[in-house]
Amino acid sequence: MTYCKPGAWRFAFILMACLALTPFSATPSHAAAKIQHLISPGGIEAWFVQDSTVPLIAMEYAFGGGATQDPADKPGVGNMVADLLDEGSGELDSKTFHERLDRRAIELSFASTRDYFRGSLRMLKDNKDEAFDLLRMSLTSAHFDSADVERIRSQIISGLRRDTTNPTSLASRKFLEVAYGDHPYGRLSGGTLESTAKIDVADMRDYVRRVLARDTLRIAVVGDVDPATLGQLLDKTFGALPAKANLTPVPDVTAARPPQRAFIPLDVPQTVVTFGSPGIMRHDPGFMAGYVVNQILGGSGLSSRLYHEVREKRGLAYSIYGSMLWMDHSALFVGNTGTRADRAGQTVDAIDKEVRRMAEDGPTQAELDEAKSFLKGSQMLALDTSSKLASALLQYQLDKLPIDYIEKRNAIVDAVTLDDARKAAQRLWGQGLLTVIVGRAPQAAAQPAAAAPPQPKAN
Amino acid sequence: MSLGIVTLSRSHAVYDAATFVRTILFGPASDSKIARSLIAKPVPANAARARQVMMSPHRFAASVFAALLPAFALSAGGALAQTTVTSDPPASFTLANGLQVVVIPDHRTPVVTEMIWYKVGSADETPGKSGLAHFLEHLMFKGTAKHPAGEFSQTVLRIGGNENAFTSTDYTGYFQRVPREQLPRMMEFEADRMTGLVLKDENVLPERDVVLEEYNMRVANNPEARLNEQIMAALYLNHPYGRPVIGWHHEIEKLDREDALAFYRRFYAPNNAILVIAGDVDAADVRPMAKQTFGQVAPQPAIPAKRLRPQEPEPVAPRTVTLADPHVEQSSVKRLYLVPSAATAPAESPALDVLAQLMGGGSNSYLYRALVVDNPLAVSAGAGYQGTSLDATQFTISAAPKQGVEFSQIEQVIDGVISDAGQKLASTEDLDRVKTQLIAEAIYAQDNQATLARWYGGALTTGLSIADIRSWPDRIRAVTAEQVRDAAQKWLDKKRSVTGYLIKDTAPKREEKRS
Repeated sequence: MTYCKPGAWRFAFILMACLALTPFSATPSHAAAKIQHLISPGGIEAWFVQDSTVPLIAMEYAFGGGATQDPADKPGVGNMVADLLDEGSGELDSKTFHERLDRRAIELSFASTRDYFRGSLRMLKDNKDEAFDLLRMSLTSAHFDSADVERIRSQIISGLRRDTTNPTSLASRKFLEVAYGDHPYGRLSGGTLESTAKIDVADMRDYVRRVLARDTLRIAVVGDVDPATLGQLLDKTFGALPAKANLTPVPDVTAARPPQRAFIPLDVPQTVVTFGSPGIMRHDPGFMAGYVVNQILGGSGLSSRLYHEVREKRGLAYSIYGSMLWMDHSALFVGNTGTRADRAGQTVDAIDKEVRRMAEDGPTQAELDEAKSFLKGSQMLALDTSSKLASALLQYQLDKLPIDYIEKRNAIVDAVTLDDARKAAQRLWGQGLLTVIVGRAPQAAAQPAAAAPPQPKAN
Repeated sequence: MSLGIVTLSRSHAVYDAATFVRTILFGPASDSKIARSLIAKPVPANAARARQVMMSPHRFAASVFAALLPAFALSAGGALAQTTVTSDPPASFTLANGLQVVVIPDHRTPVVTEMIWYKVGSADETPGKSGLAHFLEHLMFKGTAKHPAGEFSQTVLRIGGNENAFTSTDYTGYFQRVPREQLPRMMEFEADRMTGLVLKDENVLPERDVVLEEYNMRVANNPEARLNEQIMAALYLNHPYGRPVIGWHHEIEKLDREDALAFYRRFYAPNNAILVIAGDVDAADVRPMAKQTFGQVAPQPAIPAKRLRPQEPEPVAPRTVTLADPHVEQSSVKRLYLVPSAATAPAESPALDVLAQLMGGGSNSYLYRALVVDNPLAVSAGAGYQGTSLDATQFTISAAPKQGVEFSQIEQVIDGVISDAGQKLASTEDLDRVKTQLIAEAIYAQDNQATLARWYGGALTTGLSIADIRSWPDRIRAVTAEQVRDAAQKWLDKKRSVTGYLIKDTAPKREEKRS
């Protein structure tokens, strides 16, 4: 269907990390036990699982940089590139390119996420030569013809205009601004109305030249192909890309110090509340403790403290959750809910109270045990489709984890003690929350002093 | 299970009990191709369907049938790439109490999906009690005498599983995805709550508030969803499909414990359900487990084998509805035609699948090319056909005009495309392409046991058989250009349609009404 709100997905980058990790844990699955580190004759590397159960091949890959490489005055360049790479390349115009994809049901797509320019390719195995060749063309010889550029531009602008009155989009955008100020993470990867209007072909060509290169490329493949054939396909597809990317360095940054609150008036029946705090970086030794304790506070399933207190007990919301999100240069805890306008104050208070209680007292031993049990047991659920497995294998590479991480993770989860969890809770929530409220006016009364933008800090 | 960014595109989409919209704010990157398409680009055929599967299986047009044949060949365009699929056919058996059990093996990962499907949905509600099927779905998580509130969910969580539930016009479903060895426990829990539900006001009343917040999130805050409700209400003059699945607000807020229990006792029974088990199990293992658990539940002979609802009269007048809201920044037009479903017209339904794909599936579809590429009047355009439906269903056409373009200009082009489709034969190239896309979904679907379980359950609860599902690719392959032309001519008749317009309300604000 063609009617949808594009705003939310531009955040995609953040949660993916958490989703990729959530499901993994416990017993190494059949598939995961067979991960190969493939190096093609031309030196392209990939994590690979050969599986012929279903006659298809799924590939996920990423180039470093992503939306952080958009020019500061033109956020959204990478996003526009992502939308245009499949609109004509090599000797094929847009129409012919799509015809070639469609007639063999090849799924090819790109996305500009916060830290990565990502791609996804899925095909029936008999169509692999065509699929990889179309990908090669789109990566190396995209046309950016003006009719295509203007068509895509109008579509992006249409989506951005919708976002201007969508409470969830408004809350997301504001939350990142509050958390990151002028740092590239303070911008949405989808750009803005102003920037999208002025992005030109030169910007996009420059982005492609700087970002699509072999040195930052990470690849994961799952499916019905043998390693030798795959190696050749990878060489043909990615071999002609420049050896080295030319990326603008991105400083590490800590999200703004809570508590802070921002309010955006919007006359809608349901108030949207986005809340969060500085998170824990993926390589931080306390990461897993934070991950576990968030599972208890706002994690998946129908049993988290927030779910219980806000939804089950009080009926204040349908959706309420908190997530741990990590990026290359920062980390966040972020949660979201929606509640009736006249109960928004009560909802915000209930969330604050639960967060404070967790920060002060930590979880109970029973809660810790349950959360660890969930995290360990849920691993296999992430491995039951080729695409999910490929996404997870890519995420592990991006997170710089070892190829046997799946087998090691149980022990890492198990090692989290009650004391670790308490410390993590204190660290995550001890200062309170950054809260963005979008809705009807009564909340205006609750607006505290304006936030100072955070200062990017050197690592 | 990622359930994408949610904008209900139509009012009788599926609703889930839990907060499946975790991703509404920060969607998963793995869905980027789907998400990307949301912006306005044409939805690549497969991605579109993938997304629909996730958020709304009922809406899953053709491919609900595109299940797996033991072996079939796929011919792609003129290139005739032959892809042969071999997979175990699903096994099916029926217990003495009438419960049908379908087992779909997938031995790649030691995971299993249990789904119980009840043949009851919002279209089976008593007038005045709209939203009851969905409300009960939420209340099914409130515990039984044997397993008090929270125990089932806690158990699922402790073993690393996930669970949810969904309601549509024709069915209500519940599922868990768990490690294989946990299946017997899941079956015990699920069989127990088929008749053992205990409801107390202290649980029921807060949950009604939760449902009202779900309404706020999906409908009240979303002008497009409100337009969809109006279109459906106008399209169905007599059939209960005109009522929103989630219900009308003024009726949801009056639903109570007694309503829920009465509905539960009336419809929840083994002879009104289908159990689908997909994953790392075999029918031989499932059968004794099913007998031991679900097999102990007494049937309800009073439930009629066939659901009979008031049917639509032959449509005689085109209708239009306009929804104006101050928050509309992108106007849009959507036209729904009343058309037969796979269950009501098995012979005609495949041609409608193909027609929808020709008109709206991807960048080279008729509508996208005419409205967005060749003479760019719109930022997006699409078409869809909801084949799985117990009663008469909808064929949808939609477009979002560029700024400054009038609806009349858009509709003129749409009418031209429809008129051509009803007079000219589709080219062999186009026909081959869309058939390939439709059939390929069957192969891609094999990659996901939960998707397969949803396809089978969705089809079997809307009047179709396993044989219907398995023969679907063959029936798509057999569709001729003449059949597609005839389907366009016969069914895309404006008298059968409602056209809805979403526009910005620029009038001064009137008095607020709190929801």
